[in-house]
Amino acid sequence: MLAKRIIACLDVRNGCVVKGVQFEGLTNAGDPAALASRYNVEGIDELVILDVTATLEGRRALAATIRQVASRIFIPLAVGGGIRSEDDAAAALDAGADKVSLNSAALAEPSLLTKLAARYGSQAVIVAIDAKQTEGRFAVFARSGSTASGRSAVEWAREAADRGAGEILLTSIDRDGTRSGFDCELTAAVSSAVSIPVIASGGAGTFEHFLEVFTRGQADAALAASIFHFSEHAVADLKTYLHDRGVPMRL
Amino acid sequence: MIALIDYGAGNLTSVRKALAAIAAPVVIPAAPDALSGVSGIIIPGVGHYGATAALDDTWRRGIARAVDAGVPLLGICLGLQYLFEGSDEALPHVGWNTVELTRRSPLVEGIPTGTSFYFTHSYAAPVTDACVAQTKHSAAFAAIVERERVFGAQFHPEKSGDAGVRVLRNFVEITGSLTRHVTRFTDH
Repeated sequence: MLAKRIIACLDVRNGCVVKGVQFEGLTNAGDPAALASRYNVEGIDELVILDVTATLEGRRALAATIRQVASRIFIPLAVGGGIRSEDDAAAALDAGADKVSLNSAALAEPSLLTKLAARYGSQAVIVAIDAKQTEGRFAVFARSGSTASGRSAVEWAREAADRGAGEILLTSIDRDGTRSGFDCELTAAVSSAVSIPVIASGGAGTFEHFLEVFTRGQADAALAASIFHFSEHAVADLKTYLHDRGVPMRL
Repeated sequence: MIALIDYGAGNLTSVRKALAAIAAPVVIPAAPDALSGVSGIIIPGVGHYGATAALDDTWRRGIARAVDAGVPLLGICLGLQYLFEGSDEALPHVGWNTVELTRRSPLVEGIPTGTSFYFTHSYAAPVTDACVAQTKHSAAFAAIVERERVFGAQFHPEKSGDAGVRVLRNFVEITGSLTRHVTRFTDH
């Protein structure tokens, strides 16, 4: 049976993980490769490296980070943040990423999805959608949630899938960073509208939140960052918790 | 020496890194005639089935010649579909899924039935006599195939954690054991 995926997000700036990392036993808690190794041992299904820098130095450090992680961890690796062109995507994929995630660039130039899918295959192309509940609909925002795109999440998800995106990374702006649970209405609305996998993101705070987004939210995968920093066994414990409650997991 | 076939669209990096992790010697042949003398061939594959068109008749003949000479071949994902000359369209199947072993094969040595591997494809090869393992997603399809020394994996062993690395190591051992067999034969 196809397992639901648990995906860890590493927010990386200039080659270092920037969100609070409280793991003990890491020689450098900010080292993405060390953290990735730790998650891998615990059974994480996939990794996302999110680049939160835009400087040239940051971009070079990103390629080095991707190379370090990809040479040690043999699970899918996606890279997002600041991928604006075919060249940016090529640099990330050449460094060892399996997938690139596009957000603002895809909204500005939807044909970029088609071009990347034609060149690398849909499996390498994730469209990242940041959505917020506004006046009874799910509005899509660009540029880290600062600019309304005028699109609805469901329509944009359908279009992106038609244009060649292979997966949707769907973040609730309302829930992001709140640890109050995923937006299951948003996730279910998008998931039921497309045949490609939907990765739910934003709001993970407890194990129950994951159970909810996999059942009521119809998510194919769930992504989180800080929740996995709480304890040394969070990933393994979460997967056991979900498995025990009937959610198909890779254990 | 394992020849890793580069046909442009398929991203070699992941497979090359996984082979490096098990210290398998790898060569990326520039032309089909460079396949003479290799002990195994891997055709990786991500992207479109159409991308395998870059493996033209010259490559096809070169690979067939090596296989006829007893060189084991492993096709991954599209590489499998390339070997089986076509595929059926299915729903997009992305993620970790279990495989059910249907017969013995040196490629799955040490892999228990029910092991999870990472799949990402929207085409699939049907279950046939060549099947070593099958996976269900809507319908059952071939997850691992073996016909004589030709192997195929629909999943990505290079992206399937320890189990995937074990499959690659098994393949490398298959290529090595054939070499030892030939040496022993010559000695007598």
